[in-house]
Amino acid sequence: MTELVTSPARGQSQAVRVLLRWSLYIALGFFVLIYLMPLFVMVTTSLKSLEEIRTGDLVALPRAVTFDAWFTAWSGACTGIKCEGVKPYFWNSVLIAVPAVAISTLVGAINGYVVAQWRFRGANIIFALMLFGCFIPFQVVLLPMARVLGIMGIAGTIQGLIFVHVVYGIGFTTLFFRNYYVTIPVELTKAAKVDGAGFFRIFWSIFLPLSLPIIVVTVIWQFTQIWNDFLFGVSFSQAGTQPVTVALNNIVNSTTGVKEYNVDMAAAIIAAFPTLLVYVVAGKYFIRGLTAGSVKG
Amino acid sequence: MAPILEIQNLYKNYGSLEILKDINVSIDSGDFLVLVGPSGCGKSTLLNCIAGLEPISSGNLSIGGQDMTNVSPKNRNIAMVFQSYALYPTMSVAKNITFGMKVRGVDQSTQEAKLAQVAQQLQIEPLLGRRPGQLSGGQRQRVAMGRALVRDPKLFLFDEPLSNLDAKLRVEMRTEIKALHQNLGASMVYVTHDQIEAMTLATKIVVMKGGEIQQIGTSSEIYNRPANLFVADFMGSPAMNLIPAKTRSNDEGTNIEILRKDGEPIVLTDQVNRDLPSDVILGVRPEDIADPEMRGGGDTQAADCIIDIVEPTGADTFVVMQLGGKSVTARLHSETTAQPGKTQKLAFDLGKVSYFAPDTGLRLN
Ligand SMILES: Nc1ncnc2c1ncn2[C@@H]1O[C@H](COP(=O)(O)OP(=O)(O)OP(=O)(O)O)[C@@H](O)[C@H]1O
Ligand SMILES: [Mg+2]
Repeated sequence: MTELVTSPARGQSQAVRVLLRWSLYIALGFFVLIYLMPLFVMVTTSLKSLEEIRTGDLVALPRAVTFDAWFTAWSGACTGIKCEGVKPYFWNSVLIAVPAVAISTLVGAINGYVVAQWRFRGANIIFALMLFGCFIPFQVVLLPMARVLGIMGIAGTIQGLIFVHVVYGIGFTTLFFRNYYVTIPVELTKAAKVDGAGFFRIFWSIFLPLSLPIIVVTVIWQFTQIWNDFLFGVSFSQAGTQPVTVALNNIVNSTTGVKEYNVDMAAAIIAAFPTLLVYVVAGKYFIRGLTAGSVKG
Repeated sequence: MAPILEIQNLYKNYGSLEILKDINVSIDSGDFLVLVGPSGCGKSTLLNCIAGLEPISSGNLSIGGQDMTNVSPKNRNIAMVFQSYALYPTMSVAKNITFGMKVRGVDQSTQEAKLAQVAQQLQIEPLLGRRPGQLSGGQRQRVAMGRALVRDPKLFLFDEPLSNLDAKLRVEMRTEIKALHQNLGASMVYVTHDQIEAMTLATKIVVMKGGEIQQIGTSSEIYNRPANLFVADFMGSPAMNLIPAKTRSNDEGTNIEILRKDGEPIVLTDQVNRDLPSDVILGVRPEDIADPEMRGGGDTQAADCIIDIVEPTGADTFVVMQLGGKSVTARLHSETTAQPGKTQKLAFDLGKVSYFAPDTGLRLN
């Protein structure tokens, strides 16, 4: 093929290719800039003193770097009447997110395993209903959920929020695991049954060890959802159990007098940090897990 | 002694779809039962029913004299090799083989002894540390075999274990499986849709079609006395010639008249089979139409035939002609003088022919 192309034509196509490549880089670079600009402003602002913010330029680098705003945001900023910073709320979020992610992932794994590998009468309907659950907007479930939490006696507690997030997450986690497990041949389950293994043994010894990519995907997804959630957090918490997103909102909205932009920015970065970290640490698995399909026997 | 496997009136439906109809099979200890049939006829389904992996809709099934109809797979004392091998992908070969024993709580030293024995038997010792993904098709097949052998069950079930292998390896493994069966004296049920595999391995063959058993018998019974047109056509390669013919009885026997496009009908006289209906389908294996010099005596009768095609295959030469409106193949000696377009004298061995009713397809003699 290449032998047949005359050399001027080849030179031309080479030039076109280089041009295309460079325009691609330029376009990508442009979007990267747009994307990183807010983060840049946040970080620089959080490192400036209030004085500098008032007098200086929004996009300028800080003249004197100070971490005062970070300390204030972490342990001194006021959320309404209390002035403890985001620290207690950050731990609330951890206490909510970690168990909720763990439970919803585990339940999703078992659900997906059942729906994909133990086909029983009505399995498809149950799966369809769970899938439907993914598309119900948050707002719709607020009132019924408040009622349920009240009946269960866990309204306003951390456990209550864990419960809400688990319930809301199961649809997604089931979907993830089900789609992963349907690609695994049923003969694997059959072979294990003949070998004498039961329901949980097969799950534990054969399916779970295969599941690392999809576990990572699910954990990232669930963690991001739960950590970033505001609506459930503000609706189903009370003083002392609010997650960091709610605290952040309160800090930004409740300052009287002069607005402490540097503290707001620092608090926002702190609140966003865990999700960033999860992506950086596990992002590679995330991409791999999303594209992983078949399992070689 | 009770049969090792007995299936009575087994039916299997998926919803309103009848997959298996009135299956009755019984095999004795040490039998090698082969299930053959075209794709989709229900072979795997039947094997899954025997294993207890699919519930049966009605009927009875017993293994080793015990009723197993509603017993779960793990308590049926069977081992199974799957078509796709179904090796556990995250476990090493050794773990794959010992998983069943581990689940059943067999103690460690017995596990190791059995593993060593099976690995030696199948010559897979160097592979024990590898994952299934790091094995070739033939090696995986051996490991799958090892996982079954290590169990020492009452009954082995094999679902087309050789279908993923290339032709040469398939022949090798076929011989190995046969040797294994002879050495172990174990009872086996083996699914294939390769009829040569069926003939070579089986002590008993079950031919299935559309979820129904067509015939049960030894290799030679199935080959020489097919119960109906389907079995006659399905078993054997090249297939049995099925030639429409007319019959007329007289004192010497039955005259069998085969029409030809050009020339006189061929008339053969069968002295054994009488009382045939006037229209039959004559079934003749290609090797029962031969050079007259090669085949003499017995019930052999010669007739002149016009040869259309000559196909030398090395050991034999196949010739094709038109008889009764059908292409008929004969298996001749490789040094035959037959030439396309020429007339050749061919000998029909009437002692080995089958007759079928054209309407029902059933065997008449
Ligand atoms: N779960 C199922 N639901 C409905 N029909 C099924 C199901 N499993 C199998 N069948 C049908 O049952 C019939 C028999 O299938 P089976 O797998 O036993 O065929 P087979 O003889 O093993 O074929 P092959 O040689 O191709 O493996 C097929 O027509 C198939 O479509
Ligand atoms: Mg099959």
